[in-house]
Amino acid sequence: MLNRPQGTTSGSLKSVSEQLDRRAVERVAKLARLELTGEELDEATTRLAGMLAHFADIDALNLDDVEPMTQPYELVNVMRDDAPLDTLDHDEVLAAAPDASDGRFGVPPILGLEL
Amino acid sequence: MSDVGIWTHDGFEMVVGLEVHVELATNTKLFSGAPNRFGDDPNTNIDPVSLGLPGALPVLNRQAVELAMRIGLALNCTVQSCTFARKNYFYPDMPKAYQISQYDRPLNIDGHLEIADGIVIGIERAHLEEDTGKSTHIGGSGRIHGSEGSMIDFNRAGVPLVEIVSRPDIRSPEQARQYVNELRAILVEIGASDARMEEGSMRVDANVSVRRPGEEFGTRCEIKNVNSVRSLGRAIDYEARRQIAMISDGEAIRQETRHWDEGDGRTHTLRTKEDADDYRYFPDPDLVPLDPGNEWIESVRANLPMLPAARRTRLAEMTGQSAAAEAIATIVERRQDDYVIAVAEIAGGADRVLIHVKEAFSEQGSEPTVPAADLAALVAMEVAGELTSTQTKTLLGDLVDQGGGDPAAMAAARGFEAMDTSELDGFVDAAIAADPDAWAKFCAGDGKAMGALVGHVMKASRGQADGKAVTAMLNARKG
Amino acid sequence: MSGFQNARSIVEAVSTGATSAVDVLSEHLARIDEREAEVHAFNLVLREEALQAAQQIDDRIAAGEVVGPLAGVPIALKDNLCTRGIPTTCSSKILDGWRPPYDATVVSRLANSGAVFVGKTNLDEFAMGSSTENSAFGPTRNPLDTSRVPGGSSGGSAAAVAAGFAAMSLGSDTGGSIRQPAALCGLVGVKPTYGAVSRLGLIAFASSLDQIGPFTHDVADAALLLESIAGHDPGDSTSIPQPFPSLSESLTRGVDGMRIGRIVDLPAGADAEVVASVDRAFDVLASAGAEIVDVSIPAFTYGLTAYYLIAPAEASSNLARYDGVRFGSRVEAPDTNSMYMATRGEGFGPEVKRRIMLGTYALSAGYYDAYYGKALKVRRLMAEDFAKVYQSVDALITPASPSVAFPFGSKTSDPLAMYLCDTYTIPSNLIGHPAMSVPFGSGEQDLPIGVQVLAPEMGEPTMFAVAAELERAAGGSHV
Repeated sequence: MLNRPQGTTSGSLKSVSEQLDRRAVERVAKLARLELTGEELDEATTRLAGMLAHFADIDALNLDDVEPMTQPYELVNVMRDDAPLDTLDHDEVLAAAPDASDGRFGVPPILGLEL
Repeated sequence: MSDVGIWTHDGFEMVVGLEVHVELATNTKLFSGAPNRFGDDPNTNIDPVSLGLPGALPVLNRQAVELAMRIGLALNCTVQSCTFARKNYFYPDMPKAYQISQYDRPLNIDGHLEIADGIVIGIERAHLEEDTGKSTHIGGSGRIHGSEGSMIDFNRAGVPLVEIVSRPDIRSPEQARQYVNELRAILVEIGASDARMEEGSMRVDANVSVRRPGEEFGTRCEIKNVNSVRSLGRAIDYEARRQIAMISDGEAIRQETRHWDEGDGRTHTLRTKEDADDYRYFPDPDLVPLDPGNEWIESVRANLPMLPAARRTRLAEMTGQSAAAEAIATIVERRQDDYVIAVAEIAGGADRVLIHVKEAFSEQGSEPTVPAADLAALVAMEVAGELTSTQTKTLLGDLVDQGGGDPAAMAAARGFEAMDTSELDGFVDAAIAADPDAWAKFCAGDGKAMGALVGHVMKASRGQADGKAVTAMLNARKG
Repeated sequence: MSGFQNARSIVEAVSTGATSAVDVLSEHLARIDEREAEVHAFNLVLREEALQAAQQIDDRIAAGEVVGPLAGVPIALKDNLCTRGIPTTCSSKILDGWRPPYDATVVSRLANSGAVFVGKTNLDEFAMGSSTENSAFGPTRNPLDTSRVPGGSSGGSAAAVAAGFAAMSLGSDTGGSIRQPAALCGLVGVKPTYGAVSRLGLIAFASSLDQIGPFTHDVADAALLLESIAGHDPGDSTSIPQPFPSLSESLTRGVDGMRIGRIVDLPAGADAEVVASVDRAFDVLASAGAEIVDVSIPAFTYGLTAYYLIAPAEASSNLARYDGVRFGSRVEAPDTNSMYMATRGEGFGPEVKRRIMLGTYALSAGYYDAYYGKALKVRRLMAEDFAKVYQSVDALITPASPSVAFPFGSKTSDPLAMYLCDTYTIPSNLIGHPAMSVPFGSGEQDLPIGVQVLAPEMGEPTMFAVAAELERAAGGSHV
């Protein structure tokens, strides 16, 4: 059983159970640079909405005064000296690239990158 | 008089904030041990981290943090505990498809920088982040549009940057130029960066809006691709006028990113806000928080060199000039002020030293090859009247050419012996005899006539006579 | 099934010359020849490389050298661990053909300890799954019953040890990916304290949750393998900068005087036979002198939600680097953006795409606070709840998996049903605590059941003591 005060979601927060529509899913796919077929988009819409509905359980928690925890083992000030280390073999690395010439990696024209 | 504080057009003023990216002068990259070196063959300074290979992990470079703290402290910022965040976006020169930057907890906040006339420009933040690689566009005359493809070099990927974000306190192109020049001088002075706009180690983006004074801020546009301080002034001037013209035509300004075109002197739409990317910032789980702590902060502060503004004040006080004087600015910019002071401390004549160093040492660095004692000896001879100003200049040239030397010996070698009074008397007698008209006019009070008489003396003495001594002698004869 | 009961006996025999590393390896390769076609534990068997390594070990031993604590032990590596020059795929088409230019830290450490790598094992693509059915190269079968899954995502590593293809193996555990397959294959599987084992060279799924750990036939082997890979690595910023505690004394310590917690509000969902095994485990521990204490962890039940927001969010960013530019596969397209879309659309399988979508959404503008931000707060509640409980107990016992190994396809149509497999394992990942699964009893079809032992941060010595006690009571490993 829950022994925490039941909080209400504050107005500025979107409820986790908020339903996704297909257009939002399409936008997410574009943002993630994933080409999805119409069928995949439909499936993703249903699946994501279902998951988010399931995840709505945490809406019941009052988290206002809780500090977010980004890392499980809390370290601070991990640094290294400014000393050069080995670099990779130029030819080996470029040989692994889908497209390379003149010592550089090749890509098709850079267009339409903005969402 | 400069137009530092004033730029208005049709009753509008411009409101400008600058985002300046500077590459830090470290040996290695921000999060890996690959060399941070400009100009190497493409894709040679790479390691798994710079290339964003699967399984690679970042480890923060302590020296990059130290240099970033120097920048923060030199800009009067508060240095605080901070975190690293991922800024997610796809671009071929961004290897991991995210840039490690600082978002809601930057290292340096709330600073300021003073430019001329006591104008203070606020600094919102100065945070650490990694640089991207470089794309070269093939075909289409090297521009993105119309190119056949792009080639990527990741040598620059991961080079440490500090992004210095000013508050929208800048009101004229001249202020913007001064801000960038002063910032650059500080960065060089503290050894944080070589800050060369031409090489891209310092890059400036400008947020420009316009308003009628006293009104709310207008909609701003971000101007990119400004590659020199001169272009910066031109670009924001153009952009402000463009916005004013639109408003005057009843059009609304769209928030957008614009590209400065050096060729046509205009800005062009790069992307509008509607298609702005959604960067999905979140704390980078591969890195832990950074908390420099008082001890480190205070030791960095204590080791900061004297900053350009303080150097100018010190030099101005010593030489009796205004801190805004051109010679002061030039000497401090060349970082020759320590030298000037060292020379003046030996033999006085600080004002003369300043001028000589400004004129004759433009090719020399912060540590001129001429020993301070040698230049001091020369100035001492000049101040004592043992050399004419022409002779001094000649010997100054000799000192620079030879990297120093004994000025007395050099003067002797050139035959610059101070003339004794009887010899000079002879020349003056001859001059009066040669040009009685001039002598008569001079005695009647025509000061201009003295020039002709001095000219005779100089000619007869082959320039060896001291002009001041000749003048004194003529005045004495006139009675 | 093997001439050797465990890895320790191999080390003993090889080091004393009683047998050769080549003979030990040949025995394992023979079993691979016999059953690998059916089991499909491996993406790649390193036959030649392993024979060479084994021969080298034999040569060194013949020369009187001390080879290391794992001399001659055939070990399988999950195919998300970078191996220099050897294909590393994460069971994804998008990494097809990629050979890392460097070794993961754990790989170098094992090599230096005398291990012989027999192959790279199959996994759910990018470690996302609980059955190894999400591999782009086909599923792995459970050697104990080939109509059933081995669990996942480290199913190949579990199957390789269960089938006798390797004496031990490494997996990675982000939400239970070592402990659940260990339970389903009758092995000991350990997820160490976050930061105890370097993640450098582990291809990231969710950076703040991923840990590498061992699969072994018994608890003592697990201690041996874990001690070989654990310890500070300056190349991983999240690596704990302390020596890893020795586990050897834990194996014989017993549980006398320990307080072991039973979580009264543990989420329901485990099969009755699993619950019964856990109950028997408590009885066994009580009779061995432990005090069983009822405790409450209210946040436990929210682990699944927090996990399925945090892990996909981090994954969406970690997997952005697979963009067809620097390595891996590319689908050609007329412009870079279409190339990204096509390469990633084709290169990733359905579950990976689903999680990238979920994570991208959870981080996107306007949703961060509602999803990712909230999940991080739930994580804090979880840590606080556990911290409170560990004031009164030394360790906790739960099921490792809600059920024994399940038939192929029984959960593939409903991702949520699959996610529920992780119910009991997820909290340890969220808060970074160690946890391990140890075989204890069996269920339907005589399939093994795993009991999970949980301990606080760096509490591996306690955890191993409890696991060893359970193992003694169960009468050794389930083979």
